[in-house]
Amino acid sequence: MALDQATVARIANLARIKVSDDELQAWATDLSAIITFVEQLDEVNVDGVEPMTGVGDFSLPLRPDVVTDGGYAEVVTSNAPNGAHGFYAVPKVVE
Amino acid sequence: MMSALTDLTVAAARAGLDAGDFSARELTQAHIDAMARHRTLNAFVTETPERALADADAADARRARGESAGPMDGVPIAMKDLFCTAGIRSTAGSHILEPFTPPYESTVSGKLKAGGSVLLGKANLDEFAMGSANITSYFGPVTNPWVAKDGDNRQRVPGGSSGGSAAAVAARIAIAATGTDTGGSIRQPASFCGIVGLKPTYGRCSRWGIVAFASSLDQAGPMTRTVEDAAIMLQVMAGHDPKDSTSAPYATPNFAEKLGAGVKGLKIGVPREYRVDGMPQEIDRVWNQGADWLRAQGAEVVEIGLPHTKYALPTYYIIAPAEASSNLARYDGVRYGLRVDGGDLKEMYENTRAEGFGAEVKRRIMIGTYVLSAGYYDAYYLKAQKVRSLILRDFTSAFEQVDAILTPTAPSAAFVLGEKQDDPVQMYLNDVFTVPASMAGLPAISVPGGLSDEGLPLGLHLIGRPFDEVTLLQVASALEEAAGFDARPAGF
Repeated sequence: MALDQATVARIANLARIKVSDDELQAWATDLSAIITFVEQLDEVNVDGVEPMTGVGDFSLPLRPDVVTDGGYAEVVTSNAPNGAHGFYAVPKVVE
Repeated sequence: MMSALTDLTVAAARAGLDAGDFSARELTQAHIDAMARHRTLNAFVTETPERALADADAADARRARGESAGPMDGVPIAMKDLFCTAGIRSTAGSHILEPFTPPYESTVSGKLKAGGSVLLGKANLDEFAMGSANITSYFGPVTNPWVAKDGDNRQRVPGGSSGGSAAAVAARIAIAATGTDTGGSIRQPASFCGIVGLKPTYGRCSRWGIVAFASSLDQAGPMTRTVEDAAIMLQVMAGHDPKDSTSAPYATPNFAEKLGAGVKGLKIGVPREYRVDGMPQEIDRVWNQGADWLRAQGAEVVEIGLPHTKYALPTYYIIAPAEASSNLARYDGVRYGLRVDGGDLKEMYENTRAEGFGAEVKRRIMIGTYVLSAGYYDAYYLKAQKVRSLILRDFTSAFEQVDAILTPTAPSAAFVLGEKQDDPVQMYLNDVFTVPASMAGLPAISVPGGLSDEGLPLGLHLIGRPFDEVTLLQVASALEEAAGFDARPAGF
């Protein structure tokens, strides 16, 4: 299926990637080629087939729901592009 | 005369260190010099020579006390820059992680460190491990040390995504390197650079601290110049890790147990569906040669069917981007990495991600976002998960019949930088032979099989049963012995 410019704009918005209006058509052509390629799967009959969600034949482990780590906010935030006092700073979101 | 220190395998380096023929510092210095000499390959994002010498001195001090940290103690290696290394910048080849210095160490790099290996530096890679030519790195493409014969000196790609790791090992800069493989990222560059690359069973090596691409597929593994070295290095890397819930809670076998044991009595499958249309004659020739070698050593080679092979690549290009779009949502300019300001929070996210990600990464995030979006999830993502079950089922029935499967690693030798660059689907076809095993989580290895008509390396690919790397390495060592591959890139 060919993706149109409006679909690309919608995807880019969901993915939070800025795409300017004059790039939309190039992305539409580019992504359509890949979608067309993966649509080969339409030929495959999957009636009654369970989806594969993991590779191992072991079940995911459980652990007690207790705090096992922490207490070093300065380390955790040490890579923040804008951090202060052990917090992350972001543009104002509440008026 | 003793051969150059940079020509040693892991096993030979360990023997030389144990015998006192040279120190870890001498061995390391020789590799640091090689790294500086071959900087034009662009195999490293970050060189860590001071750390390397400190690691080497610590290894020498241990040996002087009669102690050893293990079979890699004092051996200089390259670390793919997808592994987080404490205090050392870890970029994933991306602008968005350019300033990122993790305060923690990935489990696998930590095991190699605790095992005494010497860190030469962080190897270049395709951005977020997305690519098959190592041309998508923000830090520039990696050059394959191999060139064609007869004066064709055009620059070749090393394959990807672990292109820096493969180039460093092939160019004798590092004795071994770590790679990661999501759809072929260890095996295809190993084939292009004439080295051994092993993708273990999914769950064998911990994914903790490795920058995530597609979490149901990503797996770390060794890249070396011999099959024995791959077994030695995997021994250090593997093992259950409670910090990765998909890490297999199984004991680690002795991976070297059956090296050199021969293949008499083993059954090797050759899947008819891998004889794809338009396959170059030289690929077919090396593949047939590999089957003949195993037959000559007493294996029974049988044709098998893996009927859903042709659907593995389209399935991969739904599943992997879907997982990537989710994993890469974390890069938002808030907690680490690049931030590009905007008028409000949403615009800051959008500007950061537009500037921080390269074209291939954006492409996969957008494909992944689309196939997971409301109204399309069932048609694409759920369908792909079901086809993935069928691909696994193919392998499960094949392994009722055979002990290992032999295929080519890649549909071509290393191509010229700039080729296949304008058509993503053409680039994706590089992984047509490696992706099926990835979808099924199976262990697989590329071993040098010979040279192409142009004099470039071609790999043979073996796929094994889940968690049976021992048999896989046994068959690989038989292929390696028969191939007797001793070609090396000119000037390295």
